[in-house]
Amino acid sequence: MAVANTAAPGRSSFLRRNAIWWAALVLVVLLPQVARSGTAIAVLNQMCIMVIFSLSYNMLLGQGGMLSFGHAVYFGLGGYFAMHLIQLAGGAGFFMPLPLTPIAGGLAGLFFGLLFGSFSTNRAGTVFAMISLGIGEMIAASSLIFVKFSGGEEGITADRTDLTPFFGHRFGSEVEVYYLIAGWMMLSAWLMYRFSRTPLGRMANAVRDNPERAEFVGYSQRRVRLLSFMAAGFFAGIAGGLFALNYEIVTEETVNLVTSGIVLLQAYIGGVGFFAGPIVGAVVYTLLQTLLSNYTEIWAFYVGLIFVATVMYAPTGLTGIIMMHLPIYRVRKLRTLALPYLKVGVPALCCAIGVIGMLELLHYLSVRAVGQSTKRLFWMSLNVEQPTPWIVFGLLAVGGFFVARRMAPALVAAWEAASAQAQGRGER
Amino acid sequence: MSTAIELIDLYKSFGSTEIIRGVNLAVEQGERHAIIGPNGAGKSTLYNLITAKYLPTAGRIRLRGEDVTGCPPYEINRMGLARSFQVTNIFPRMSVFENVRCGMLWAMNYRYSFWRDVDELDDVNARSRQVLEDIGMTSRADVPAGVLSYAEQRALEIGITIAGGADIVLLDEPTAGMNRSETDHTVELVRRITENKTLIMVEHDMSVVFGLADRITVLVYGEVIASGPPNEIRGNPAVREAYLGEEVD
Repeated sequence: MAVANTAAPGRSSFLRRNAIWWAALVLVVLLPQVARSGTAIAVLNQMCIMVIFSLSYNMLLGQGGMLSFGHAVYFGLGGYFAMHLIQLAGGAGFFMPLPLTPIAGGLAGLFFGLLFGSFSTNRAGTVFAMISLGIGEMIAASSLIFVKFSGGEEGITADRTDLTPFFGHRFGSEVEVYYLIAGWMMLSAWLMYRFSRTPLGRMANAVRDNPERAEFVGYSQRRVRLLSFMAAGFFAGIAGGLFALNYEIVTEETVNLVTSGIVLLQAYIGGVGFFAGPIVGAVVYTLLQTLLSNYTEIWAFYVGLIFVATVMYAPTGLTGIIMMHLPIYRVRKLRTLALPYLKVGVPALCCAIGVIGMLELLHYLSVRAVGQSTKRLFWMSLNVEQPTPWIVFGLLAVGGFFVARRMAPALVAAWEAASAQAQGRGER
Repeated sequence: MSTAIELIDLYKSFGSTEIIRGVNLAVEQGERHAIIGPNGAGKSTLYNLITAKYLPTAGRIRLRGEDVTGCPPYEINRMGLARSFQVTNIFPRMSVFENVRCGMLWAMNYRYSFWRDVDELDDVNARSRQVLEDIGMTSRADVPAGVLSYAEQRALEIGITIAGGADIVLLDEPTAGMNRSETDHTVELVRRITENKTLIMVEHDMSVVFGLADRITVLVYGEVIASGPPNEIRGNPAVREAYLGEEVD
């Protein structure tokens, strides 16, 4: 359950109160010193953009209770507008340093948030979800129709180095761009966190929990939703602007429903009930996308599986799982969970290997060249025309699943016992 | 004394069923007013009409002389009218402290502010702690409201209602489902928090009604059959008849 930290205001020092932010800042500054390769920096850039985008999405879903299927609209339109600004400034040569261009994206997101939010935020729930889907489809279609603005299927491009140098930096190198994007990420994440701690942010939670009650304490649920929606649009636009300057191209892909789906997926896998959830989700998703795709062509299928598994077995997301264990860790009882975890984890791993094996073999069947029958998988050469690998993977998948399910209640019981102890300790 | 709330020829129908049939009622400022009546008399409907949850089919509602018929709930709340709910209506995923705090943000003029940190609003936080103290829930401040016991949720419900400092308070069966000692506790609480305020409450428990109210209105089949101070109501034969089988003492 998502209960934000409500402890009475601690009057500890500024440094200590924001310790986690300082740690994050140090990490962000040092990362490119560790991950030096061009690919690594590219992954980091994408990650930072997705962190902002996911956090903005969670202003709707997690904090405002609005399930949007069209959040990419504000991301993509932000990207288009920022790209037009870069083109314009590059061509006309007026004063416009690159680091300021995402603001154009943010303002575009804010404007379209106001425009579309003015009628879509009247209600939450299904009506809101459906309208968001409709707007998403509409804007995606428009981006192929209004070619002058969007460049059609090719999209629009620009050269970011044409702009006014920023303290001597032209942002030709990936690392320079990384610091630009990471800076915006830290600023945006911090602002979004602050937002969640303001009267409006708190009332967004209240409207999510109980819109009727919120009206009877003086707040218009529509207005609260609209303002949250605009803020979410603004930060999605910032993310879109960063996308534009990072890739130097914006296409229909940035506004379409696939992107809207991805941001939902990220936030959900990470955990929508926690501020940090979407950050975890964006990092994990980007890693899966970039690393997993080195090993398998059907990585997106696995991401889908993970999503379904999260919804079914861990609705509080990865962050939720971590938070469930934090109190147990604090009373040093994590050890008591090791054996139950092993009992579930080993069969679950077998199940995963079985499922992956079957999927990879199936995929290989459909793409293999004529006459080929040997698939390399898990450091083995498997002949897809023999029944043995199929049977083994099948047994692993089915057997693993049922054994894991048999063992799960013991794990839940162990967790409950440990957390009861943790709670007892907490209340003294 | 001036009138806090005035109902003029109020009608409410759901489909072809008339629930409220021409109610006229004036509640003076500073008065503790109870609405009673047998089951199905339309008490809750009347309550929801006054608090703008329902729109009347006909008639007017005046709040301190101002016509508020058809105003949305949040505007009525901003004019200083707060209500509680019969079915507990809190913010279940937020802490008890935050529930109370949300109840007063508008009233304390922070409105849609997105540039202030709630933890640094000293006036709001001090008042939130005061309200928690008043409803006896200080020790439960950080507990998610959704896991409170029923009686605690009822107390929190009242806490949210009074948090904004509204001077017209409407309570819908504040003691419903409570045992004797919880009821006594709640009556004491209501008495304390409605000091110098206008209270309108719908209540089943006669001891609560006669212990708290300055005036009582009896509603039967959507019509007011009697309205007056407790002594008068107690002796009224029409009321006794309406309550046949239920004791009025």
